[in-house]
Amino acid sequence: MIPAPFQYVRPTTVEEALQAIADGGEDVKVLAGGQSLIPVMRLRLAAPETVVDLGRVAGLRGVRDDGDAIVIGAMTTHSDVLSDPLIAEHAPLVAEATATVADRQVRHRGTFGGALVHADPAGDLPAVALALDAEFVIAGQSGRRTVPAAEFFVDYLTTAVEEGELLVEVRVPKLTGSWGMRYEKFNRVAQAWSIVAVAAVVRRENGRIAEARVGLTNMGPTPLRARQVEEALAGAEATPEAVAAAAQRAAEGTEPSSDLNAQADYRQHLATVLTRRAVTAAAGL
Amino acid sequence: MTPITVRVDGAAYTDDVEPRTLLVHYLREQVGKVGTVVGCDTSNCGACTVHLDGEAVKSCTVLAVQADGCEVTTIEGVGQDGLHPVQKAFHEMHGLQCGFCTPGMIMASIDLLEDNPDPSDDEVREGIEGNLCRCTGYQNIVRAVRHAAAEMRGGGGGSRNGHVSPAVVDTAAAPHVAVQA
Repeated sequence: MIPAPFQYVRPTTVEEALQAIADGGEDVKVLAGGQSLIPVMRLRLAAPETVVDLGRVAGLRGVRDDGDAIVIGAMTTHSDVLSDPLIAEHAPLVAEATATVADRQVRHRGTFGGALVHADPAGDLPAVALALDAEFVIAGQSGRRTVPAAEFFVDYLTTAVEEGELLVEVRVPKLTGSWGMRYEKFNRVAQAWSIVAVAAVVRRENGRIAEARVGLTNMGPTPLRARQVEEALAGAEATPEAVAAAAQRAAEGTEPSSDLNAQADYRQHLATVLTRRAVTAAAGL
Repeated sequence: MTPITVRVDGAAYTDDVEPRTLLVHYLREQVGKVGTVVGCDTSNCGACTVHLDGEAVKSCTVLAVQADGCEVTTIEGVGQDGLHPVQKAFHEMHGLQCGFCTPGMIMASIDLLEDNPDPSDDEVREGIEGNLCRCTGYQNIVRAVRHAAAEMRGGGGGSRNGHVSPAVVDTAAAPHVAVQA
């Protein structure tokens, strides 16, 4: 199995990349780490006429401190994320979830931005970006725009990145106060995708849960926030009982798919269990 | 066709490739590095693992053009003077049955040991989760990786994981072989 023939373009700047994407017309694909795109092309589920490889574009790889946020370049590999001190300090949830992505070979090639733009419902990073209220910086030929995570994931494998645009970086706000985080992933075998996973970010204050943000992986075509859980936890006592009661509402309003790994009702059950575990751990209980 | 220049196992190659050529096919069919094998063809099994600029990657999921200007090390290039310690350990600890997954297992294990020179059993299993053995010969693969780790740390002495490498090891170190004997 090899991909269908394509034109290969390897720009070295974002401007060149945007021009190459524009020149490629409708049938162009952007290659980041290629760990999802190349298998899809080999299976001939995608057969683009033009592939624009971002591998040599300067300035898209790495993490920097930008005052109230850390900024993760779209081409930062999962391996780089795992060893980055800024992420470890300000967004350990990103590293925790990234460590569960695929296997070490794939993490050496796969990129943070590529995984987010691919927007696979079973991918681990979208729900994390949603729970951290990340912002997505998208470049187009007419300039750059910033899209909040809540508006970035539009549908199955579909994001707010329009034709002719490119995700260049992701801003993750630094959290102030006493926050805890946890990513709870359920899968059955090594290197497998999430059947369901839950990202929890919790701020504690005076023995209470002041604020909780809960992101759900693979509970629908896009990652979701468990808003009912978040409302139930806001101001609640930081006790296992209160967390368990709130977590019962994790699947409310969700319509997860049924597939070989799990039926929809089992996914909904898993969401409640994993939410309880994730929030309990994030709250330090 | 696109021209690429790649160093493979220490030698420089300049070749024309189709952009769709996968790195593993380039290595096997144009460079002749048939020690690297194609297993699942779908990025699951890790049999095709090589090092690209020092990092383990699945060469069936990298385009040859992406390796342009890079350094590739295959299983054929890891042993400088004789066998690499990880190759030697797979031999001594009988870390293989049919042997098809072995090149990838060894390349992934070398990569793991660079990050973690003294992994526990669980850390080995996690660390090489990207490699599948259809013979299910994992017990001795894990033993081989830990044996190699001890050898590479030097001295063959103690470790935080309590593993002590025997002075003389042969395939009888595998319990199921020992039972039959």
